[in-house]
Amino acid sequence: MGLHATQYKGLLGWIDARMPSLMTAFRTHMSEYYAPKNFNVWYFFGSFALMVLVIQLVSGILLAMHYKPDSNMAFWSVEFIMREVSGGWFIRYMHSTGASFFFIVVYLHMFRGLLYGSYRKPRELVWIVGTLIFLALMAESFFGYLLPWGQMSFWGAQVIINLFDSIPLIGKDLSLWIRGDYVVGDATLNRFYSFHIVLVPLALIGLVVAHIFALHDVGSNNPDGVEIKDQLDARGRPLDGIPFHPYYTVHDLYGLGFFFLAYCAVLFFAPEMGGVFLEGNNFIPADAFQTPLHIAPLWYFTPYYSILRATTSDFMIWLAVGTACMGALIYLRLRGTRGRIGVALATFVLFVLLTVPQVRLDPKLWGVILMALSVTIFGALPWLDQSPVKSIRYRPGWHRVVIGVFVAAFAVLGYLGINPPTPGRTLVAQVCTACYFGFFFLMPWWSRMGTFKPVPSRVTFAAH
Amino acid sequence: MTASLQTAEGPAESGAPLDPERRAAVVTACLVGGVGCIGVAVPIVESFGPSEREKAAGGPVEVDISSIPVGQLKVIEWQGKPVWVLHRSPAMIESLKNHDALLADPASKRTAYPTPDYVLKDPTTRSIKPEFFVAVGICTHLGCSPGGPFAPGENPQLGDQWGFFCPCHGSTFDLAGRVFQNKPAGDNLPIPPYEYVTDALVVIGEHKKSA
Repeated sequence: MGLHATQYKGLLGWIDARMPSLMTAFRTHMSEYYAPKNFNVWYFFGSFALMVLVIQLVSGILLAMHYKPDSNMAFWSVEFIMREVSGGWFIRYMHSTGASFFFIVVYLHMFRGLLYGSYRKPRELVWIVGTLIFLALMAESFFGYLLPWGQMSFWGAQVIINLFDSIPLIGKDLSLWIRGDYVVGDATLNRFYSFHIVLVPLALIGLVVAHIFALHDVGSNNPDGVEIKDQLDARGRPLDGIPFHPYYTVHDLYGLGFFFLAYCAVLFFAPEMGGVFLEGNNFIPADAFQTPLHIAPLWYFTPYYSILRATTSDFMIWLAVGTACMGALIYLRLRGTRGRIGVALATFVLFVLLTVPQVRLDPKLWGVILMALSVTIFGALPWLDQSPVKSIRYRPGWHRVVIGVFVAAFAVLGYLGINPPTPGRTLVAQVCTACYFGFFFLMPWWSRMGTFKPVPSRVTFAAH
Repeated sequence: MTASLQTAEGPAESGAPLDPERRAAVVTACLVGGVGCIGVAVPIVESFGPSEREKAAGGPVEVDISSIPVGQLKVIEWQGKPVWVLHRSPAMIESLKNHDALLADPASKRTAYPTPDYVLKDPTTRSIKPEFFVAVGICTHLGCSPGGPFAPGENPQLGDQWGFFCPCHGSTFDLAGRVFQNKPAGDNLPIPPYEYVTDALVVIGEHKKSA
């Protein structure tokens, strides 16, 4: 078999003749990947997320050179990094600030998808892989947060692992198996370290590659929600597309300048962010006998943590009412008898598990179920959203209000989760929990209501 | 080249019947391989459980209770958990008698954290001897360690009751570890296995008489 006929010269030509897949990949994903020319500021966050991943990998590798995953040494090895390793504080703050920025950037990236219907057909798989990345990121952050072995690390892990306790029958053995000890201990710390530095990063990188492959097969969406592949030029290239490289590589580098401005401002001037990015109690070594007066997860978990706490025994009846209404709505929507019987049965079983005292599941378990649902339900958006147009630009004006209410509920839940509960705050959290799930569960109905504007065949774009 | 590959795939492509012997060999290989994989998975899954050292550390612990002043709480480590020994004063014991209506599970009937029979002869004290209350000091809600004992009026969440208060989510317990109603925790504080060796010496982690 001969050499591949190459178009490149010199060393690149030599390589291309022997390994043409390298430059084929470059063309497929960079120089001949056509992205819509009307990207706006929301489209920066994907590349920002990739940048943060690189920052986390590099700073993580450096931290692992000084950190000791041992319950007697972990806390002090972090202090050693902060005080005695040359530039250690910088590497550590890069990593801790990077963690919070990862979530900021990913939440904005997801919100972009919501605004412009980026998850709609044919991009469902891009979105599902994205949801998995989000879950992997939460796992990565949870495992990583135990490593400094402060009071918050310890008790946060203790509370979250104890969530599994509420699973009937296997719960207690399962949480023992996860901890590897009767309480969070050395065994837990060591395995979390292993997950944090090997397992989850590998999964994350694999998922990010899958996310980009899936995206590049179907092509990017854009603020107009117009399929640019429907309008091709004589050579089969999208009329409204421009090659990702050099146009968007340069464009994203420009955006990264602003990203680093914000990132460095926090890194150098407010790495603890007033106790939000690094919690005060975590500067006290872990003590299994002394629970801090107030336990809160890091800010990016607090909306879901609020949902968990909002699920009290008083909330059960409202949950039951909501389930019944939801069942009735789906029942009326379905036409087939078999589907209707299935929905009626499922609603009945859920209603019984929520209300009948003899068989109902603990509010604690329902809290865990709702929390798990609140982080995974994003994956169902491609099917929940039934709007005839993708982009918010061509949807009825009040759809923006609905999305606004959802974002507000999310923010309020996040705020409440940072603070200790009071009866009044719990009530607000319950209302916001209802808004949160109402937004998703009622989407098949509200998203098709109202007057939609005509969608143009080409993207709206004014040359600068 | 592709054409030659297709013919190399053989009878299946050309519509000829499958060779049952080969098919059986493939199925057998998959089954045996599958059993092998499960065999490998067992030690891997088991490696996540507590190690022998941690199990040994979970063994019984002896406590000298004669040194605990009346009204005071001593915390002992057992299985890495805080175990409380509270020397209850007569007033503390009295406080347990008349508030069953305020408790979620006054007779410790729930089975999530089974209360041993030998401490339930008097369900109000949940102890072998009323003066010494032994319990695992971990909240049954999400595993934080409650504070206390608080006298009436000392803790606003407890009001005029004696008890313990969990800072994480606000559960309150009486001085027999019984949880008050409408709190996040549904279960009373767990009672570890324990027994008296002498009047002054308690072993936490085993109760031979019941075995």
